Amino acid sequence: MTASGNPLLQIRNLQTEFRVSDAWHAAIQGIDLDVMRNETLAIVGESGSGKSVTALSILRLLPMSGARIARGRILFQDRDLVGLSEREMSGIRGDSIAMIFQEPMTSLNPTMRVGDQIAEAIVIHRGKSWGDARKEALRLLDEVKIPAAAKRMEDYPHEFSGGMRQRVMIAIALACRPKLLLADEPTTALDVTVQAQVLALLNELKTAHDMSVVFITHNLGVVAQIADRVAVMYAGEIVETASVGDLFANPVHPYTEALLRAMPRVDVSAELEPIPGSVPSISGRPEGCNFAPRCQMREPRCSRHPQLSALPGSPGRCARCLVRVDQEQAA
Amino acid sequence: MSNPSANGLRVENLRKHFHLGGGFLGGPKKVIQAVNDVSFEVPKGESVGLVGESGCGKSTVSRAVLHLVRPDDGRVEFDGIDIGKASRAELRHLRRKLQFVFQDPYSSLNTRRTIRKTLEEPLHVHKAGTKAEIRRKAEDAIREVGLPVDVLDRYPHEFSGGQRQRIGIARALVLDPELVIADEPVSALDVSVQAQILQLLENLRQKRNLSFLFVSHDLGVVRHFCTSVCVMYLGHIVEQGPTREVLDSPAHPYTQLLRESSPVPDPEKRLTLVKNDGEVPSPANPPSGCPFHTRCPHVMPVCREIMPKPIAQASGRKVACHLFEHGVP
Repeated sequence: MTASGNPLLQIRNLQTEFRVSDAWHAAIQGIDLDVMRNETLAIVGESGSGKSVTALSILRLLPMSGARIARGRILFQDRDLVGLSEREMSGIRGDSIAMIFQEPMTSLNPTMRVGDQIAEAIVIHRGKSWGDARKEALRLLDEVKIPAAAKRMEDYPHEFSGGMRQRVMIAIALACRPKLLLADEPTTALDVTVQAQVLALLNELKTAHDMSVVFITHNLGVVAQIADRVAVMYAGEIVETASVGDLFANPVHPYTEALLRAMPRVDVSAELEPIPGSVPSISGRPEGCNFAPRCQMREPRCSRHPQLSALPGSPGRCARCLVRVDQEQAA
Repeated sequence: MSNPSANGLRVENLRKHFHLGGGFLGGPKKVIQAVNDVSFEVPKGESVGLVGESGCGKSTVSRAVLHLVRPDDGRVEFDGIDIGKASRAELRHLRRKLQFVFQDPYSSLNTRRTIRKTLEEPLHVHKAGTKAEIRRKAEDAIREVGLPVDVLDRYPHEFSGGQRQRIGIARALVLDPELVIADEPVSALDVSVQAQILQLLENLRQKRNLSFLFVSHDLGVVRHFCTSVCVMYLGHIVEQGPTREVLDSPAHPYTQLLRESSPVPDPEKRLTLVKNDGEVPSPANPPSGCPFHTRCPHVMPVCREIMPKPIAQASGRKVACHLFEHGVP
């Protein structure tokens, strides 16, 4: 991993809240995150961990009512996205920051030919003519490896398979050569053999376009395949950050460790160890450490809320656990 | 014919084609070859996995076994009784022993009924005891899946996904089944909860000597729950055998692709696929010969012509591939 220089994206103390029965509750609490140039950062967590809300906050795609960014900064190319007007934001969306979603069928326009949907982004953001934009669209369809691209330009989304639709989404995302691609569970709805193809494609494009990728997933197997660095989220907070090698070789936070032990692996027959209980709801998070009620290493001091602390040894390695951070520092 | 597994489920040459289209505004007529010539067994107390990608026919097989969809051809036998030829009364009796657990327990629970009503209904239908006995059975079942008894007087929307799946399992258990057919029972759950449910199913299997037909797309889950596995591709079983052996040394080229595409949580073992082009063809228009020949790295001329028969291998495996017709290549 060779991420150097200034981060492309810096998130500082970000808190996004939702209104639940007339009270504001934090879906994500004090997120700090850096994304380096040409790096794939995976955000991994279970449902309700706040990983998608983080991505939607970056692009300010949250619903206008019932959701708000309560505090924090999102610095991208020397600008704080939190303070931008809606007009300025729409100049960034789909241009220097693009996003792809889990279910491509709901993000594509079913009444518009695929070629035109890709060209549209180029016409809007780059001010090119439709003719030039369509030529560029054809090149993009080729680049995402859609067979017989010239013919398929004229097809509608329903004529594509799930994997091919996701490739079309990726082509649209790439249309304006974004610096940052946010990918929210882009392979979750795909079959494994197709997932492998799409992961390989994303990896190739990241290098070819010198892009950074924020890859959101619940699947630790996929994380190991694609990430350079990983942030593990639990109940609205980042509980651990590490390089992909460190995270799997030596998970520090008890939640990361428990998650790895609960995951059925295709290559090893080990006893599964379920995590007791379930993720606390947005309005029912405990006072101290969010994971304490399910944690096997719980101590009395875990009733205090832990900070995300840097660990000795490898730079950029942090964990939010009083017990484990002490152990690592003593070692 | 000798009948080595009179106890348990035996499926022979099962076939199911769906007919689509035709008629006014129906579009062109199409035949979806969902299941073609599928044979396997689920011996008593064992769990057999049915794996494959979307459209391979694994769910259709699971439904055809219970005659929830009527197969076009083939035999389904449970404890020596042919389900296809069973009278209504026999079928009713058999269905008590064969229960289903679905992927999404929310859509399979009646939202307007209390959990107690949902659990007691099958017992009333099958006249399985007095009111007090039925009440007790429902309470036992809910405790057995690890939920408190007060759950019974609440409604499905009050529960999380994992709890609902426990309720779905409890409903399958009240009739004391012998075989549970589970269609992707943990796919909609988070990893931490998924492990809880898998552990529960494994405990039930051991305690009640239950058999499972376990449909899944996740090879990791199958490895942890199933003693043997059938790999399906476009309506055919291409390989079957003991789970660990099939996954650790897959024989059929499709099993190899499936195994190599399944991500492993170890960055040292990143996927390096030799060949992974194209996608699963449509079951409405399957390729001639072996259905995998369009994507197979070892394709030979014969593969385009003739569908290979499943050939038994020394390791207790069956592989349907021309490469294996003359022993190991």
